[in-house]
Amino acid sequence: MKYVDEYRDGDVARGLIEEIRRTVTRPWVIMEVCGGQTHSIVKHGIDRLIPAQIELVHGPGCPVCVTSLEMIDRAHAIASRPDVIFCSFGDMLRVPGSHGDLLTLKSRGADIRVVYAPLDCLKIARDNPERKVVFFGIGFETTAPANALAVKRAQVEGVANFSMLVSHVLVPPAITAILQSAENRVQAYLGPGHVCAVMGYAEYEPIAELYKVPIVITGFEPVDLLHGILMTVRQLESGRHEVENQYARILGRAGNEGARRLIFDVFEVADRKWRGVGSIPKSGYRLRYEYRAHDAERLFEVADICTAESSVCISGQVLKGIRKPLDCPAFGTECTPQHPLGATMVSGEGACAAYFTYGRHLELAGRPLTQVG
Amino acid sequence: MSSETPFGTCPAPILDHERILLGHGSGGLLSAQLVERLFRPAFDNPILDRLDDQAVFDSPGARLAFTTDSYVVTPLFFPGGDIGRLAVHGTINDLAMSGARPVYLSCGFIVEEGLPSETLRRVVASMREAALEAGVRIVTGDTKVVGKGSGDQLFVNTSGIGVVPPGVELSADRARPGDAVLLSGTVGDHGMAIVATRQSLGLEGTIVSDTAALHGLVGRLLEAKLALHVLRDPTRGGVAATWHEIAKSSGVGIEVDEAAVPVGDAVRGACEILGFDPLHVANEGKLVAFVAAEDAEAALQAMRAHPLGGGAARVGTVTAEHPGLVVIRTSIGGSRVLEQPYGELLPRIC
Repeated sequence: MKYVDEYRDGDVARGLIEEIRRTVTRPWVIMEVCGGQTHSIVKHGIDRLIPAQIELVHGPGCPVCVTSLEMIDRAHAIASRPDVIFCSFGDMLRVPGSHGDLLTLKSRGADIRVVYAPLDCLKIARDNPERKVVFFGIGFETTAPANALAVKRAQVEGVANFSMLVSHVLVPPAITAILQSAENRVQAYLGPGHVCAVMGYAEYEPIAELYKVPIVITGFEPVDLLHGILMTVRQLESGRHEVENQYARILGRAGNEGARRLIFDVFEVADRKWRGVGSIPKSGYRLRYEYRAHDAERLFEVADICTAESSVCISGQVLKGIRKPLDCPAFGTECTPQHPLGATMVSGEGACAAYFTYGRHLELAGRPLTQVG
Repeated sequence: MSSETPFGTCPAPILDHERILLGHGSGGLLSAQLVERLFRPAFDNPILDRLDDQAVFDSPGARLAFTTDSYVVTPLFFPGGDIGRLAVHGTINDLAMSGARPVYLSCGFIVEEGLPSETLRRVVASMREAALEAGVRIVTGDTKVVGKGSGDQLFVNTSGIGVVPPGVELSADRARPGDAVLLSGTVGDHGMAIVATRQSLGLEGTIVSDTAALHGLVGRLLEAKLALHVLRDPTRGGVAATWHEIAKSSGVGIEVDEAAVPVGDAVRGACEILGFDPLHVANEGKLVAFVAAEDAEAALQAMRAHPLGGGAARVGTVTAEHPGLVVIRTSIGGSRVLEQPYGELLPRIC
C-alpha cells in the first residue's frame, strides 16, 4: 500500500538503525511528543532496536489522556441528560471520570454516539431538532480545524441545537513547560508531525533556540521515526539545536494557512488544565465569545464541577518524561486499561496503555521477550 | 424465597459491571469474563468446559458435533451477505472446525415489532440459499416478536449438528511446539465491511464481507490425511482472540510474522484510518489451522486448491517458549506481545 509499505520496509529500517549506531557516541534522552508516535514505537519495537544509549521517553501528546478529569465529569454530566445526544470520538468512551465511563452511561440509557467527523453531528442535530446535540471537542491542533468548521457551519447555517464541549490543548506550551521543569531530562524532541501539518513549525524555532534543544518534526511510521531519531542524534552529537523537518512529504514550514484561519476565527487561546500535569498557561483553545451560543460549557452550567486524582499514579511524571511506565508499581496490576488510575493508561495512545497493549506487563512476570527466538 | 444464587454462594458480584455492556458480546476480555464467571459455572459440564466452538459427544453409531450461535448484525444487509447467510455460515463453520460434516441446523428468530415482512422474507430466502449451497437442512425453528424498541429489527439464532468422521480429533488444546500456523486467506474483511457500511467514511462498497461456509475447505484438509491439530474460524476478536485461546488452551506460545499475515489493501486502508489492528477485526469465511511442521506445505496446497483457500499462507510457528503468549515479529525486526482485544473496537481520534 502506497505511503505505508515503503515506510515499514525492513531493509530501510535496518539501514537507519545501523546509521544511528554509527552516529551515537554517548547517552541521550529524546522525547517523542505524540501519542501516535509512542504507539508506533512500542508496536514495532523501535525502542529495542536502537542503541541502548538512546533513551526514548514518552511525551504528553495523547489528547484523550490529558483531558482533565473535571472536563470528563462535565461531559458525563451533560451526556446523562435525557434531552441530550452526546457525540464523541470513539476512544473517549472508555475514559473513566469520577463515576464510570461513557460506555457505562450508554448502558444506562444515555444517548451517546461515536462520530468520525464533527460535521456528522450537524446532521444528527438536524435529524433530531427536539434534542440538544453536544460534541466533545477534544484534541491538539490537529483536530482543531475540523472542530472549528463544525461550530462555524452550525452558526452560519443556524443549527441552534448543536454545541461543543471544548477541551483543546496545544503542543508548544506543553513542551515548554517540560523544558522549564527542574526535573527535566529531555535533551531533544521528535516533534508532532500532524500538529505541524496544520500549524507549520515556525513557532518551534524560538523554543529550540532558547532551550538549546534539537526538534525534528517527525512522522508516525517506523521508517519515519527511525529517520527522525537519526536526524536528532546527528544534531545532538554535533552540538546543533535546530528545528528540522523529517515529515516533508506531508508538511512545510508554513503548515496549512486556511486551516489556521478557521481555527482562529472560532477559537481563542486560553489557560487549560492537563490531566496528570496541572494547569498550563495559554495551553488550550476555547470558543470565542461570538460563538457562545454553541458553547456547551456555558449552555449546561457545568463549569463548577471539581475533582481530585489518584495519589498513587505517576502519570504526571510519565507525561513529562521523568519516569517511564515500568517504573510504576501499579502498572499492569492495580492499573490496567480496564481500571486505569491515571492519564497515561486511559487511552490507547497513552504511554502506559501502549506498553500494556503491546504486552510489556506480561514480560514483567519474568518472561522478557529477549528470551524469545 | 432463598437468597442464594442459582449456582454457588459466593457473595462477590459475578461480573465487574452492574449492567451488561456492548463489550460483553465483543469476543474480548469482557466476553471471556461472562463465560468464565456466569455461563461456565451455571451450565457446568465437561463438554462445555472444553470451550471449543462446538460440543463433541458420543452418540450411538456416530460422533456428533453440536453448536449454537446468535447473530445481531447491523445493518441486516451488507456488501457480501446478510444476517441470514451469516447465521447459516457461522454455525456451519463452528461445526466444521471440529472436522464435522454439518447436517442439520435449527433456526430461531427474534423480530422487533414493525419489521417489514419483506425484510424477513429476504433474510429467510437468503438462509434457504445458503443452506442449499452448503448441503445442510434447517429442520426446526422458532420465532418470537418483541415490542418496538426492545430489539434491533431482527436477531437470528442457529444451532447445528454435524457428524465427526472417525479418527478426527481437532481441538484448541492440541497445538504442539513446532506446529505451523496457517491462515486460509486475508483477515479483517467481514468486520471492516460492516464498519464501512455503518459509518460515513466514504468506503461504502469497497470492502466485501468474506462470509462463507468452510466445511468444503476443511474437507480438503481432512482428505489430505495430514497431522492436523487445531482448526478455528477467527470471528469476533479476529485472529488475535483465536490465537490467544489456542495458546492458552494448549499451554504453548505462538510466534507470528506480521508481514506474512494477508490483509487486503482496502481493509488495511480502512484500519489505518480508524486505528484498528486487522488482527483484531472479525472474519466470517476464514480459518486458522495448526498443523505439524512437516505437513505445512501439503496443507497449504490442499487449501489453495479450494476456491476459499486461494490466499492461504503460513504466518507463524508454535513454540514451547512463553506459554500462553502470542508474539508478533514486526516488519522492521522488532517484536511485541499481541494483546487479547478487550471489548468493542473504538476508533482513535487522530
